[in-house]
Amino acid sequence: MKAALALLSLGLITISCSNDDDNPVAVDEEEVITTMNITLTSGMNTITLTSEDLDGDGPNAPVISVSGNLSANTVYTGSIELLNETETPADDITLEIAEEDDEHQFFFNVSGALTGFDYDDEDGNGNPVGLSFILNTGAAGNGTLQVTLRHEPKKPNDGTLADAGGETDIAQSFNVVVE
Amino acid sequence: MKYSAMLLIAFLWGSVSLAQDCEHILLGEILDFHDNTPLNGATVIITGKNKQTVSSADGKFRFKDLCDGVLELEVSHPECTSKFVTLTIKGDTYKKIFLEHHLEELEEVRVTGNRPKNTKSAQEERLSLSDLEKYSGSSLGDALKSLNGISSLNTGANIVKPVIQGLMGSRVLILNNNVRMQDMEWGEEHAPNVDINANQDISVVKGAAALEYGGDAIGGVIIMNPLPIIRTDSLFGKTQTNLFSNGRGGNITTTLTKSYNNGLYIKGQGSFKKLGDLETPDYMLSNTGIEEKGVALSVGKRDFLQGWEAYYSYFNSDIGILRASHIGNVDDLIQSINSQQPNIINDFTYGIDRPNQEVTHHLGKLNYYRRFEGLGKWTAQYDFQKNSRLEYDIRVGADANKAALDLSLTTHSVTTDFQFDSKEGLQVKTGLMGRYQNNFANPDTGVRRLIPDYDKYDLGVFSVAEYRVKDHIILDAGVRYDFSRIDAKKFYRTSRWEERGYDDDFGDIVIEDLGTQLLTNPIFNFHNVSATAGFQYDFGKDTKLRFNYSLAQRAPNPSELFSDGLHHSAARIELGDLRIKSETSSKVSLSLEKIGTKWGYTFAPYLNAINDFIILEPTGVEFTIRGAFPVWNYRQTNARLLGVDAAVYNNWTSKIRTDHKFSWVQGTDVGTDIPLINMPPANFNNSISYRNPKWKNLVLGLESMYVFEQQRFPDNIFVFSPEQQQEVELAINTPPAAYHLLALDAETSYSIRHKNDFKIGLRITNLLNTSYRDYLNRLRYFVDDLGRNISLRIIYNY
Repeated sequence: MKAALALLSLGLITISCSNDDDNPVAVDEEEVITTMNITLTSGMNTITLTSEDLDGDGPNAPVISVSGNLSANTVYTGSIELLNETETPADDITLEIAEEDDEHQFFFNVSGALTGFDYDDEDGNGNPVGLSFILNTGAAGNGTLQVTLRHEPKKPNDGTLADAGGETDIAQSFNVVVE
Repeated sequence: MKYSAMLLIAFLWGSVSLAQDCEHILLGEILDFHDNTPLNGATVIITGKNKQTVSSADGKFRFKDLCDGVLELEVSHPECTSKFVTLTIKGDTYKKIFLEHHLEELEEVRVTGNRPKNTKSAQEERLSLSDLEKYSGSSLGDALKSLNGISSLNTGANIVKPVIQGLMGSRVLILNNNVRMQDMEWGEEHAPNVDINANQDISVVKGAAALEYGGDAIGGVIIMNPLPIIRTDSLFGKTQTNLFSNGRGGNITTTLTKSYNNGLYIKGQGSFKKLGDLETPDYMLSNTGIEEKGVALSVGKRDFLQGWEAYYSYFNSDIGILRASHIGNVDDLIQSINSQQPNIINDFTYGIDRPNQEVTHHLGKLNYYRRFEGLGKWTAQYDFQKNSRLEYDIRVGADANKAALDLSLTTHSVTTDFQFDSKEGLQVKTGLMGRYQNNFANPDTGVRRLIPDYDKYDLGVFSVAEYRVKDHIILDAGVRYDFSRIDAKKFYRTSRWEERGYDDDFGDIVIEDLGTQLLTNPIFNFHNVSATAGFQYDFGKDTKLRFNYSLAQRAPNPSELFSDGLHHSAARIELGDLRIKSETSSKVSLSLEKIGTKWGYTFAPYLNAINDFIILEPTGVEFTIRGAFPVWNYRQTNARLLGVDAAVYNNWTSKIRTDHKFSWVQGTDVGTDIPLINMPPANFNNSISYRNPKWKNLVLGLESMYVFEQQRFPDNIFVFSPEQQQEVELAINTPPAAYHLLALDAETSYSIRHKNDFKIGLRITNLLNTSYRDYLNRLRYFVDDLGRNISLRIIYNY
């Protein structure tokens, strides 16, 4: 009986003294990609396509912006920059992708007035990565550029998402005007 | 064991001096411990001497011509446990002996297994030891599925959550050696952290009628108790090993018990399990291995008057999550559903890679009881639990080996109750419960917390009674009140906070504004009342009718309140709601059963009407830079579950028996008249067994399981696919087709040192290697279910 009472009081003591009022620390997600900047350059002409989703998996959809119209029948060299803007200064995720380029690949799908696309880089095994690429425009009109970043795709692959597999880190599409 | 007891007695007798003066009389009186009534017809034997008598109607007995000295009596009564009493004869002697006619504490293992039920009026089922041995290498959920009305919600083959009559998770309590498990049962991919081999007396109460364990068991209670320990001087043990072809591994479990005549016992148990990748008939399920370790130690003393127990158990599991189920966004999900083939199939390996979950559960318990003559039994218990859950995701760079989820749940509970059983035919049990719980979500994961830090306080008080009106009518009833307070510190994204409208309703709980995030301090109190009443009516010699009504209330769990964010492993955004209130269930159940030697049946219909039923279902999509994700929202509605569990068996000859079981449940959202999500489809199980004790106790069984296609399910949702640039149907709710599986089981036993102490069994599940998918397997979007598995079990008792 005494033992049991001792046990009871032990339990109560444990209960009463394990309270603390310290606030938990906030988590700033580290590996989040909030922003993708695609720079398309042809001579002095530079157009930037941006997708920015500052609340990550929060309710707000990404904000997509295109800085201007593309010129018809032009060859653009493209490059991609990925940022985590929840941190200050913004963390450049592009570097991580470049370091692990054998585990990543961008896939591009062009349609409408965008007529051609080619990779302009490769990983250590000679497979495309897509941080740099070449984009061709055709006659004036509307076009769509879809960009998908896959982590751990099958490499090499036939260039389609279905064949590549892996997980999607980015999937965005941009509507552009070619004039 | 009996044998060693006799040795001891013989030894005791040998030490008694053979005295000179041998004309004394022993006059004895045998009384019921509880109410002091004299016990008629008790047999009294002087051990080691050929003297025996039976107590008369007034409980008295008499021996003549005894010598001075010490002697031992063995007192037995048909309704009581035998008792050994040592006494000294010095001249004519008088002795009062109390017998205990409640067997629970001192019960010997009875082969017939006719152990008392937890309630008299509710629907209950118990797993037989032989069934349990068949599932020793599987999980608790797999074993319980062999009972009628129990199904499971799976995440692959190794994460199995029991579903009782259509309900699961926080609605199902698990009592592990009289400790209510606190192991984050709120998640769909969180299996109970118990070793099925640790506490092998397993029964299920379907519904909330067992109020002493908790008032919120809207689904039911799973009660796992240790097998009773025999009160003699002995050392005994049991080792079982199971080997599996599917997964190319197995498990081993050993129990060793040392018991003493005075009721003291020490018991140790350990289990180890290791399986590699499992396979379907057509392909390997990559990254589905499992490693499990369990240890349980108990020491205690059980006596008529008082007893205590100290218990500690440790359980650790590392479970691989199917690699192909880790997907990026809604397009990947659409692609998986359409292709019907996993996108990653690797060679077999024992290694467990990302994604995986590693869960550790510590449980400690101290228990004490004491009986008060003519009054009842008082019990007090303190228990401690610590549950640590690490979930690893596929991550890149420096975070690759960091857990994506790291939760520690610590629980202290104190319970005490008093069982009044001195009045013939009336038993009243009343008790108190106090509990403190702390959850800590480690921020080092670098991933926003899915479940916040919180403190939770619970206080419960209950009273249950059982009254035998006549020989064939027993009434039972109970009432319980629970207070629950949760005090959380949670970060919300400002955008989410506003999207949910919390800025209007909960503006006063914000304690810190960090710009993009808000720190809030939600504090909620819940007052829940539960009650039950019912009867058992016996008619004929083996037929019973039970009726039960249960009212139960359950406070929302942390997941239902606070979930907020992307569940990477499921590629879905789960959103709880701070406005969620307790849900209230009213369940009526009836059970008509005949348990005859030749044949028998059970017919058990039920209706469960749940107000403010908390439901998680897909409602739409949200867009992120990674694409679109299905959103699963918690909401409350009124629901109705209607079902029946029915079974028939027949012994066609002394060797051949067939069993037929059918269970069906229909769940409906009454508000919208739409079927509830994740309701188990009807299933029909038939088995035939052949038993021949002459052929090494051969038992041969063929089992057939037919699972119907679920016809009632909520509509699919339509989502915009960025990849296809159009609105497409996401077939997330469409159930897979019906399937039929066969299993074969054969067992023989041999006598090495004792009778039938060695058993060998062979079991083949999915005998025909059928490809199928199950509606209640969350991985059904990605892969088929398990193919054929040949398993061998070897059991040695010593």
